[in-house]
Amino acid sequence: MLVAAEATEAAVDFPILPTLVAVPLLTVLVLLFLPPSRADYVKLAALAGSVITGAVSIYLMWTFAVGEAGFQFVSRYDWGGLGLSLYLGVDGISLFLVVLTGILFPVSIVTSDPHHDPKPYYLWMMLLMAGSMGAFMALDLLLFFMFFEIVLVPMYFLIGGWGHGNRIYSAMKFFLYTMAASALMLVGIASLAILAAPEDGLTFDVTVLAQHDLSSTASTLIFLSFALAFAVKVPLFPVHTWLPDAHTEAPTAGSVILAGVMLKLGTYGMLRFGVYLFPQVVSDLAPVFIALGVFGIVYGAAVATMQSDLKRLVAYSSVAHMGFIVLGIFALNNQGLSGSVIQMVNHGVSTGALFILVGWIYERRHTRQISALGGLQKTAPLMAGVFTLVMLSSIGLPGLNGFVGEFLILLGAFSAARWWTVVAVSGVILAALYLLWAYQRSFHGPAEGDNATMRDLSPGEMLGILPLLGLIVFMGVYPKPVLDRIEPSVDALIAHVESNVEGFAEAEPQEVTRVGVEGLVAVAEEAEEGGEEGAEDHGGDGAGEEGE
Amino acid sequence: MIGLIAQDFVAVPEVAWSLLSPLLVLAIGGIILITITSVAPPLRGRGFPAAFTIVAAAVAGWFLRDIWIDFDEPQLIVGDALAIDRFTLWVWGTIGVAVFLVAALFDGYLRRERFDGPEWYVLMLMSASGGMLMAAAQDLILTFLGLEILSIAVYVLAALHLRRTDSQEAAFKYFVLGALASALFLYGIALVYGATGSTSLNAIAATRGENALGLNPLEDSSMMLAGIALLLIGFGFKVSAAPFHMWTPDVYEGSPTPVVAFMASAVKVAGFAGLVRVFWDGLGFYHADWRPVISILAIASLVVGSFLAVAQTNVKRMLAYSSITHAGFMLVAVEALAGGSEGFAATGEGLLRSLAGAEALLFYLLAYTLMTIGSFGVLTVAGRRGDAAHSLDDYRGLSRSQPLLAGLMAVMLFAQAGVPFTSGFLAKFRVIIAAADSGSYILAGVAMLAAVVAAVLYLRVVVTMYMADSGVAVAHAITESDPDDADVDASIETDSDTGDVDADGVVGPDHEYRLPRTAVAAIFIAVVATIVLGTMPWVGQGVLRGAAADLVLLR
Repeated sequence: MLVAAEATEAAVDFPILPTLVAVPLLTVLVLLFLPPSRADYVKLAALAGSVITGAVSIYLMWTFAVGEAGFQFVSRYDWGGLGLSLYLGVDGISLFLVVLTGILFPVSIVTSDPHHDPKPYYLWMMLLMAGSMGAFMALDLLLFFMFFEIVLVPMYFLIGGWGHGNRIYSAMKFFLYTMAASALMLVGIASLAILAAPEDGLTFDVTVLAQHDLSSTASTLIFLSFALAFAVKVPLFPVHTWLPDAHTEAPTAGSVILAGVMLKLGTYGMLRFGVYLFPQVVSDLAPVFIALGVFGIVYGAAVATMQSDLKRLVAYSSVAHMGFIVLGIFALNNQGLSGSVIQMVNHGVSTGALFILVGWIYERRHTRQISALGGLQKTAPLMAGVFTLVMLSSIGLPGLNGFVGEFLILLGAFSAARWWTVVAVSGVILAALYLLWAYQRSFHGPAEGDNATMRDLSPGEMLGILPLLGLIVFMGVYPKPVLDRIEPSVDALIAHVESNVEGFAEAEPQEVTRVGVEGLVAVAEEAEEGGEEGAEDHGGDGAGEEGE
Repeated sequence: MIGLIAQDFVAVPEVAWSLLSPLLVLAIGGIILITITSVAPPLRGRGFPAAFTIVAAAVAGWFLRDIWIDFDEPQLIVGDALAIDRFTLWVWGTIGVAVFLVAALFDGYLRRERFDGPEWYVLMLMSASGGMLMAAAQDLILTFLGLEILSIAVYVLAALHLRRTDSQEAAFKYFVLGALASALFLYGIALVYGATGSTSLNAIAATRGENALGLNPLEDSSMMLAGIALLLIGFGFKVSAAPFHMWTPDVYEGSPTPVVAFMASAVKVAGFAGLVRVFWDGLGFYHADWRPVISILAIASLVVGSFLAVAQTNVKRMLAYSSITHAGFMLVAVEALAGGSEGFAATGEGLLRSLAGAEALLFYLLAYTLMTIGSFGVLTVAGRRGDAAHSLDDYRGLSRSQPLLAGLMAVMLFAQAGVPFTSGFLAKFRVIIAAADSGSYILAGVAMLAAVVAAVLYLRVVVTMYMADSGVAVAHAITESDPDDADVDASIETDSDTGDVDADGVVGPDHEYRLPRTAVAAIFIAVVATIVLGTMPWVGQGVLRGAAADLVLLR
């Protein structure tokens, strides 16, 4: 499919981006011909495919030219007469999402098992990986939409086939909810392509479409059709109801990918196809989205506090965290956008790790009810340590990755919408409340019954989650390499917004940004000594107080 | 103009014959088949008629290819009554594909149901030739002739499962309602003839403007409009567009499943071909009158088809409603086709718009044919002996007992739902972009929302096949408690295969399913074609463009 298209332009010698889609697809082909009875071969093949893809994505980050704003590694193939082209490229905004996808898939394959029917399970996983990779790299609007939609199918099968409890209902709800929201987006894409068509026929190239001069009514309507699709995917406050069900019933790997990768399709879409294509409308409607984002932060946190199911709690915490990202995007300034991009990665890492941990607890205890757990710190000290670190990262403790993103977002949002930001900060406090409280109830106290005999992490499991722990610490301590790659593209996007929006004045001049980020790095570096060690060893109480 | 060129061609009959060869191959093939098998009864046996039909379809396809390669411009043959252009050829090809695949489905089905005899194949060949006639007709009388040849054969086909009263009932319903629709259609022809003085589409189109000159006061009369309305009803019935869809679920449910595959594909294709021929070629100047009606029919079909499908528990009925939704989508394409004719001044821009609509329609017809034959093909096999196991419960756990069948079905269903990288997505997208191009944004939005509602039904089937618990045991209990089924089974099991050449099915783990190789091959072809059309949009793009251009420009 991918190789067949005729090359019209190739900016790099080796088409590295198509490789990221092709390797998982080839793995799917290999899996098809493996005997279903040999679970070990099947898992090995999937692991190999995902690790190779992950390695390529890391190589991509390595060779990514720092300080350049434009798209890199561009490869472009014409794809039939519809104006559709296989146009892939990454910039600072998408680079780390690609890397995140490349890391989360192997990790989730290592850390969880399907328990039955391994062959179709891994087949869907690899298809999901191909689709997610494609979606983050697509610079052709229609191609993006195709990837955006195709990932529903594997996720639907993963939830429905390997999920828990009410899995069929959740799978259907997930599929229909998301599909319904994106149905109108296709009409929007068609309308945009028609209305903004250059002389020589249709195109879905975003860089061309961004030059459109549509009437404000048309672009508002088209933006809304996009925004609905993305809002459901994020999910924003009033349209989030599919998420707790889908997350809770999905198998562990499904939850990890759903939270870590698929939710990012929504926020990434808002950045790439919302802000970039419709700067004027975005800047007009920004207050609405800021309000919805803040509402999501408070609502998600409040509801998470009241959950009795550990996995559901993490699911609602996602609603809150994604609210932060939306807040940062619609702050429409450098800090906000940079913070959002980095927070997308952070959320993927820390929520992914939380889901893995909850999955392990469920495997051992066959329950996720917080009330049925207790005293796990004594029986599984290693797990408690890991859980603490991940939890603190999710709370946003300085020195860990969560802080960097949230701080930047709040900084950016503060200059854009002061009072909303004040409200949003309460989300940080609530996050500490619900996570620490959950930790306290499940890990502290006396261990009784099955809790007393729970197995600790095995070396294999430890090894599996180690990459995520490493990222949590590294990105918290030294976010500079990440920010260096993100910043130029974000600056360019802001410049694009500035030049296209009448009377647009970024809330603070550019200088402040620099100071802000550099200052942040300094703060983070200072926090290095105290934060990391303390978090690893002390468990919940002491570190928690620091967090507050 | 074109008429003059065509006059020359009529004077040279053999040329006209060769242009008609695909149609003739099927029609004459049917006659030969029934003759041979009457003269030599042993050939009535199971393999021969199927092989004969498949070969006939292949030969027709080969002739079609020849005509296409030698094609230089649209021609009117047989006294201007038939138009041979690339649009006609595309539709013929689509119908030929349907005959080819459905013949393969018939084979295994007839073996399983203990029917022999070539009449199934003969009727299908006849019906297909009628459909081809409709696609080429440039005269309302010929359109009607084609419609009747097409329909009457299908009425009989619907009744051919002699042991199932459902089948008889379906045929009767289809016949009564179909006859009514034909009568209305004929009345429409009469009224149009009354208003314009001709049944030739060219002549009808040429009368436009005579009223202004005082030549033909009837041209804009209510007589003409009533005629147009009645013609639309006739076509609406054939393509099962709401509100003329009432027969569809009942007939689809009762008719033998492979016949439904033919009914849902070839009959609908021919219906749409006839519709655009008559309304674009002949009545194009009246588009301001009929285009809004098409929009209403489209919205009604989309809404009715998608919403009522959700409430069904019989898979055949579900797919019947889904075919109504698909008809709605194709009507949106027809609406877009008409949308380019603003003022009908045939400006360059307008024609380009119409071109997008025509391409969308033609691509949709082909994609839909493949998808629908593929899914009804799976139903044919999964219906098991007696062809009655079509309730949703019967599909429970199909992925365990018949992973191949379930997998093929899943691809077909997701394609129908419009999931990317299948032809279903590109077909829908072409329709949407054509609609947006002609300014019908609301229609496009309604179509997409209906597609989401329709997705519920596809997902329900997939859920039942893949995710329902304890499936197989339940399915067995149900079928085995059915007395009719048990009887048939008992009589069959003793009588083992009598010298089947191309293999009576591989017996799967569930012995009730028999997977005839020909049927599986046909389904497989449909699935592969669906994916190829969806992932390689450049395949056939030139052909499609040519066909669409001929439709739009011939007028």
